[in-house]
Amino acid sequence: MVNANPPDRYDEERLGELIALLPPAPTGWVRAAQELPAARRDLDEIVERARADAEFRLRLVADLEQALANEGYVPRAELLAAVRAHLRET
Amino acid sequence: MVTEVTDARLVERCRAGEAAAWNELVERFSRYVYAIAVRAFRLPKHDAEDVFQDVFARTYERLDSLRDDTAIRPWIAQLTRNACVDRLRSGGREELIAEPLEGEADAAIEKLDEALAVHEGLHALSPGCREILDRFFAQDESYRTIGEALDLPAGTVASRISRCLGKLRTELEGRNRDPGTSGGW
Repeated sequence: MVNANPPDRYDEERLGELIALLPPAPTGWVRAAQELPAARRDLDEIVERARADAEFRLRLVADLEQALANEGYVPRAELLAAVRAHLRET
Repeated sequence: MVTEVTDARLVERCRAGEAAAWNELVERFSRYVYAIAVRAFRLPKHDAEDVFQDVFARTYERLDSLRDDTAIRPWIAQLTRNACVDRLRSGGREELIAEPLEGEADAAIEKLDEALAVHEGLHALSPGCREILDRFFAQDESYRTIGEALDLPAGTVASRISRCLGKLRTELEGRNRDPGTSGGW
């Protein structure tokens, strides 16, 4: 049997509850995810250069953060970790 | 009235390499991914952050494999669900991923789907309404804090919240019937 008086789907209380279920994610997390494509591009570029340029690779191994900063990259933690992992593997 | 880019169009623009589109995609789904991790799976913050970054990294890497661009939301939900389960498993918290609890998480995700639809409805309202409802309900700000931020008396904040909820309700109940009536306070 169909209820003649179905509950109000969007009464104010329910709307408030549903809005509250999705608070904003921390700003830093969102920014890091948004920067992902640029970070990937930087990583690809650095890896390619380290492969082709032995001197650059040596500078990276000696002082990664400084070497990247000298080349104009922002030495973000994720980028440093990814380049470090690449240097270890190759 | 704000015209939102459809999910499918947004995915298409991301695939074409548009940086602004990627930013918008992250913005559009960031609350959803966050809520699945912290509410549906109750991950602690540091685990939730790893899941959050992992989900968007996978989304970025695998966007080409998405067969139906309109299905980006359930696809992201599935990526997030899998990442949360993997995280619980890798932390040795097998007891938290027993079947009944996974069922609970799925029920919570269903509710978050509904919440996401309501948030999409918010985007059809005026920026003022959107902001006041988001501050009060999603960011849990008091009338006083909102009043100070928006330069409004606390009593006005309460009446605007009520009025904006009414507009949101109209929007959600009649989106296809009567678009374009939700602007203004």
